Amino acid sequence: MIRFLLSRVASTVGVLFALSVLVFLIFFAIPGIDPARQMAGRNPTPETLAAVRATFGLDKPLPVQYWRLMDHLLIKRDLVSYTNRGVKVVPELFAAAPVTLSLVLGAAVLWVGGSVLLGVIAAVWRNSIVDRLLMIGSLIAISIPVFWLGQVANLITQDRFHSWPVFSWIPPLGYTPITQDPVLWFKHMIIPWIVLAALYIGLYARIFRSSLIEAGHQDYVRTARSKGISEVRVVFRHTVRTSLGPFASLFALDFGVLVGGGALLAEVVFGLPGVGQLTFQSLAGLDLPVIMAAVLYGGALVVIMNAVVDVLYARLDPRVRMA
Amino acid sequence: MTVSGIVPGGLGDHAPGTAGEVAVPPGGDGAAGVGQGGSPWLLAWHRFRRNRSAMTASILFAVVVLACIMAPFYARYVAHTEPFTSNLTGTTPIDGQQVPVIEPNASGLGSTPIGPTWTGRYLFGADTQGRDVAARLLYGGRTSLIVGIGAALITAVIATIVALIAGFAGGWVDAVISRILDLVWAFPVYLLAISLSTVLLLQGLKIGPITVDPASLWLPVLIISLVYVPYLARPVRGEVLALRRREFVEAAIGQGISRSRVIFGELLPNVVPTVIVFLPLMIATDILTESSLSYLSIGVQAPNASWGSMITDGQSQLYTRPLVSIAPGVLLVLTIVLLNIVGDGVRDAIDPRGLLPRRERRFRRRPGRQTPARVS
Repeated sequence: MIRFLLSRVASTVGVLFALSVLVFLIFFAIPGIDPARQMAGRNPTPETLAAVRATFGLDKPLPVQYWRLMDHLLIKRDLVSYTNRGVKVVPELFAAAPVTLSLVLGAAVLWVGGSVLLGVIAAVWRNSIVDRLLMIGSLIAISIPVFWLGQVANLITQDRFHSWPVFSWIPPLGYTPITQDPVLWFKHMIIPWIVLAALYIGLYARIFRSSLIEAGHQDYVRTARSKGISEVRVVFRHTVRTSLGPFASLFALDFGVLVGGGALLAEVVFGLPGVGQLTFQSLAGLDLPVIMAAVLYGGALVVIMNAVVDVLYARLDPRVRMA
Repeated sequence: MTVSGIVPGGLGDHAPGTAGEVAVPPGGDGAAGVGQGGSPWLLAWHRFRRNRSAMTASILFAVVVLACIMAPFYARYVAHTEPFTSNLTGTTPIDGQQVPVIEPNASGLGSTPIGPTWTGRYLFGADTQGRDVAARLLYGGRTSLIVGIGAALITAVIATIVALIAGFAGGWVDAVISRILDLVWAFPVYLLAISLSTVLLLQGLKIGPITVDPASLWLPVLIISLVYVPYLARPVRGEVLALRRREFVEAAIGQGISRSRVIFGELLPNVVPTVIVFLPLMIATDILTESSLSYLSIGVQAPNASWGSMITDGQSQLYTRPLVSIAPGVLLVLTIVLLNIVGDGVRDAIDPRGLLPRRERRFRRRPGRQTPARVS
């Protein structure tokens, strides 16, 4: 187990390093992109360009530039943004993280609860009309782009039906920290939660249903049935429990992606100043330090979540360790 | 020459395989073939044809594709303005009166484009530039479908080639390719796609003699196709590795036939089913990815329009003229739903074992992602 753990940690660190090099190369080594020109303003003189390059160390060889960036980002933690002069990147990222976390946590509660419920209903009454309707619904849910669903939700709750009592309590788009006003925070987040969760409820309900049906064919389930155990007990004691493993591992991976900034479309459409929106704004403005920080943050969460899932699985099932 | 062609009247090695698993040995599901005759492909087609929802979805999808692809031939009968030229000062007759396409607001601030009219020329209204939404829907669908189908095909070709090389060569070639695939796999798709789009949109792409203009459709197609390569290449490589140890491949190698004959004659036909199962779902994912990139305004660039970029264009007047943004979304969702139904049908037809309980596959290793994480 210790050897397995060590090898997982080593490969996680390796992947993170490779990830940072890859991002660095995309933004710094592809010819034609000149961060100095970006910063020097309109029609800069060659002297200004050279001065900007010297200030930000852009005239140094690539490995040195990479090292300087990583040094300021991870060790000194004083990397500053190129476009917003004086704004430090690391605190900016950590200020955005709670917004993303509250979006993703709330959505995750909805989507885990909703998909387990719908998955069990569909699997227990499989091939019935309820199952058909649920599966068609989930198929539609996974086919809707989140940003479009967000626009439709905004149209309904902010404009067309805002005067109706059902939606009149919904505040204008924006974000209030939970520490400041928990009620307003909840009111701000409820629609984004539902919209973001819709996609994942569809995805996970389908996966959970098929995994439940598959588990229902196992020998131990047949044994349980033949012993005369009630159907409710069979479902909740045997099939649901064995199906939760794959479900949990997939959940961990998706959760990592979303917390790392993968929810950027939902954040942009609902005007939530989270990590995803920060990533997007830095990309649009070619703010390389922020991009590097945001990409590494997102990548790290994904890679670490992957490793965590691997380790947990190996802990639960010794056969995985051998493979 | 197929060493192991046992299926009566079959195409030898062209046994339908399964996604993520080694293809069935020819003759393995030959029992069904004996009774009905015909190749495994024909059997798969029969199974697909019996699937009513999948057949309906395929026909509807074909209608959507035709309607969009043929747009240049009939769009001028739908709309009387060009889909890509602004019409800020034009007028259109409604009930015998000339009405401006873009009406200045009563407050004097801003303007509102004409809404949907049955009697006028603007079936779904106009966007902020006075362009006809109905005509743009057709052209936008054309772009979305071209990007989706094109990117999925390129992904399939690249991934198959890479997987065949890695799986057949083995050794350090395999190790290098696998590590690269692992790395791209570990990189969240949205970050890679967004980073590449941002960089390449600034100045296009120049590799030797090939120059891709930033406004070209090739850019989103290439970016989207590249980021999804590992999702197909990894399972296919696994299949090739397993196939390589099978008797019919060893026999072929033992007979001294050339490497390319082994790869293209023995290995390729056995991984094709996996690739085909992958295609419809990949097209759906690609269309969605393109729309997401377009929503962040780093996808398809003007003057081209896609459903995704139309949704973005309509956002500024979402509350006054919602149809500009809603209509492309409805078509987008419809197309993706159809593709998903077709994809499920194709999978069930080519891999009928997927319908049966898969005991032996459970718990063999940690269940990983089979589909890429969605950008949301």
